[in-house]
Amino acid sequence: MRQEIPLLITAIVGIGFVIQYFIPHWPFSRMSDWFSDWFSIVGACAIILGALNLLKMSIEKTYRRKEDWGYAAVIIGTFLLMTVIGIAEGRGFRNPGTSFDWLYNYVYIPLSATMFAILAFFVASASYRAFRARNFEATLLLIAAFFVMIGRVPVGHTLSSFMPVGWQLSDLASWVMTYPQTAGQRAIMIGIGLGIVSTSLRIILGLERAHIGGGK
Amino acid sequence: MEHFALWLSAFLTLGILSFLYKDNPWYKLSEAVFVGISAGFWFVTLFWDNLVGKFWDGWQDEPMLWVGAALGFLMLLRLVPRIGWISRWPLAFIVGATSGLWLMNYLASNIMVQVQATIQPLFSTSYASGPDAGWGAIVGSLVIVVGTFTGLVYFYFSKEHKGAFGATARVGIFFIMITFGASFGYTVMSRMSLLIGRIDFLLGDWLGLIN
Amino acid sequence: MSTRAKELIALGAITLFALSFYLNKVWGRGTFEFPTWLSAVVIALIGLSLLWILVLTLKGRLIERRVVFVYVGFAVALPLFMSFSQKITISPEVYQLHDALMELPAGSKVLISFDYDPPSAPELQPMAESIIRVCFEKDLKVIVMGLWPQGPQQANLALEKVFQDSAIVAKNLQYGKDYVNLGFQAGNEFVIQRMGSSFESMFPSDYEGTPYKEIPLVRNVRNFSNVDFSVNLSAGFPGTVEWVQIAVDRYGLPMGAGNTAVQAPVMYAYLNAGQLEGLLGGMSGAAEFEAVAEYQAKGTKFMLSQSFAHVVVIAFVIIGNVAFFRSGRKSKLRGN
Repeated sequence: MRQEIPLLITAIVGIGFVIQYFIPHWPFSRMSDWFSDWFSIVGACAIILGALNLLKMSIEKTYRRKEDWGYAAVIIGTFLLMTVIGIAEGRGFRNPGTSFDWLYNYVYIPLSATMFAILAFFVASASYRAFRARNFEATLLLIAAFFVMIGRVPVGHTLSSFMPVGWQLSDLASWVMTYPQTAGQRAIMIGIGLGIVSTSLRIILGLERAHIGGGK
Repeated sequence: MEHFALWLSAFLTLGILSFLYKDNPWYKLSEAVFVGISAGFWFVTLFWDNLVGKFWDGWQDEPMLWVGAALGFLMLLRLVPRIGWISRWPLAFIVGATSGLWLMNYLASNIMVQVQATIQPLFSTSYASGPDAGWGAIVGSLVIVVGTFTGLVYFYFSKEHKGAFGATARVGIFFIMITFGASFGYTVMSRMSLLIGRIDFLLGDWLGLIN
Repeated sequence: MSTRAKELIALGAITLFALSFYLNKVWGRGTFEFPTWLSAVVIALIGLSLLWILVLTLKGRLIERRVVFVYVGFAVALPLFMSFSQKITISPEVYQLHDALMELPAGSKVLISFDYDPPSAPELQPMAESIIRVCFEKDLKVIVMGLWPQGPQQANLALEKVFQDSAIVAKNLQYGKDYVNLGFQAGNEFVIQRMGSSFESMFPSDYEGTPYKEIPLVRNVRNFSNVDFSVNLSAGFPGTVEWVQIAVDRYGLPMGAGNTAVQAPVMYAYLNAGQLEGLLGGMSGAAEFEAVAEYQAKGTKFMLSQSFAHVVVIAFVIIGNVAFFRSGRKSKLRGN
């Protein structure tokens, strides 16, 4: 029963949404509304589960004095600080001037933004070391990248302002994005779409059981 | 307090940037603070917006929300090893709901609408008008039709890419390479934009060197 | 001297420099800007040093990655001190979004979904500020919500920025009547799905806890059919793809989008199919929208740094490939 009930739930909910697409009226619309509401709450609990699991693992690491346990203690401290302040502030926890908002603006924003900003350095370094025009396809990729990178910034206009309107780098970059790039994206999109449709069907029909811990 | 806030933000920003030199305790401390603050942020936001704002404020008008709350509670039981298996039920619900919705959404929007958009009149601006498209539009439409078709042929791996089929697939890979090149260019633009934002904070808001 | 000692000295020097600049700022010293001749000298130096790196690479000495990091840092930081004016070429898809907003009659309701977090703010925040500004200038009503938890707060920051403009303040816009922030709900695409039948069921109250029925702007907004236009600002999942699949294709909501540059290329397929009415891609899209809305802000200001950064990356790719081709030719000659 540990496998059958989850499979049944998956099938009922999945088929429910498919039917609702074609018959968006009562009772299927009502069922879809319920399922969407429940998803919202379950989704929130799933993320809360992740946060609590992180807390549990950090507490265990600190308690057992494992390697770098000091940083785990910092994780626990900052998590509790943010949580206690946020819950204590009440419904207006996000309002400008609250302690939660202060932590968001002066701690969360700098850290999260910088975490992604350092990728800029790595993309340049990786391009220098690994991006090679080894064959025609790679050369085509490079040329398209150059056109887009130069054409989408003002320096592209500066370098090609002597060309007639419609043939400047910015126009060529626009043409590349609108036509050949779109064509390739569309082919990829349709291919991925077909893959998702077939996988979703397999999951609903119970042929894929990885999500409940079983094989195919 | 503003001075302390700016210096704290700068300290944390430079801590993360110090990773570019090498892994060090300053980076590890900043990273640990980020992990803890992020988890706390998500917890508080979901608590007030979702559990209180949606469930608690809404259950009297919609009693069926209690089913969602029950499923959510079962999800949290994953933390208890002995009865953690029960979390498969809400997980099955999530997977089933996502599969059902994605099946139809991707079929309609990402397949059927895209195919329809590809099969457009080549020499007319609409089905209702005569051959009134300019050369630019004709070439563009041809590029889209040829590129989409050959790209799809490339992704068909059930037949060996030989002969005419292979040549068609090769044209397809050219279009896909252009797509990847454009994606690479835009990715560089995106990453640089993020860095510009941080440098602007350091040089402008913190040190006051730029406007 | 040990490496550790050198590192500590460097750290101390940086701290002292930072402290002196900060104290100068506190004591009211103005900002610093390169005169044109100095900007030209800086550009020439960067160019010459890149040539030197090319020479080194041709000799078989790949430079260390930290040198590349320094170049990227300079390419981004130094242009912020320069003041070259630059022409921003506006793409058709940016005009399309602007025109779609301009064609809305006064009093139309615009739903703006903030589906991004602080890392994407340099690209999407300028878009948000410009779009909200245009909406307020046109007397459009703005309904804000978010599928990402940081979205509503980013929206508040954008609203705060827009309300620094005296022209907007003069309009005396009221929260709840002219604009509202419904907040965030977890559930990804299921939030959109549910909003298709009832906004109130998904957002029983706004982000401050005011019940939906008590907010004048939205009390008669039942679902997407009561919204005139939508703009989605997205950095990933959930985002524009989900909005197009559900709100646009199933419920017929007209929608434009602003995306980070990473996912903007994907949206061109939706744009070409008519599922999107306009697209802003990355920081250049933000700068283009500012140009068409005749409002200069951070999107425009940062484009010079963007230009420099792109040129530096392209230079490094070319340098790497020149060395690759030369070493390939050498090994062929040796083979012969």
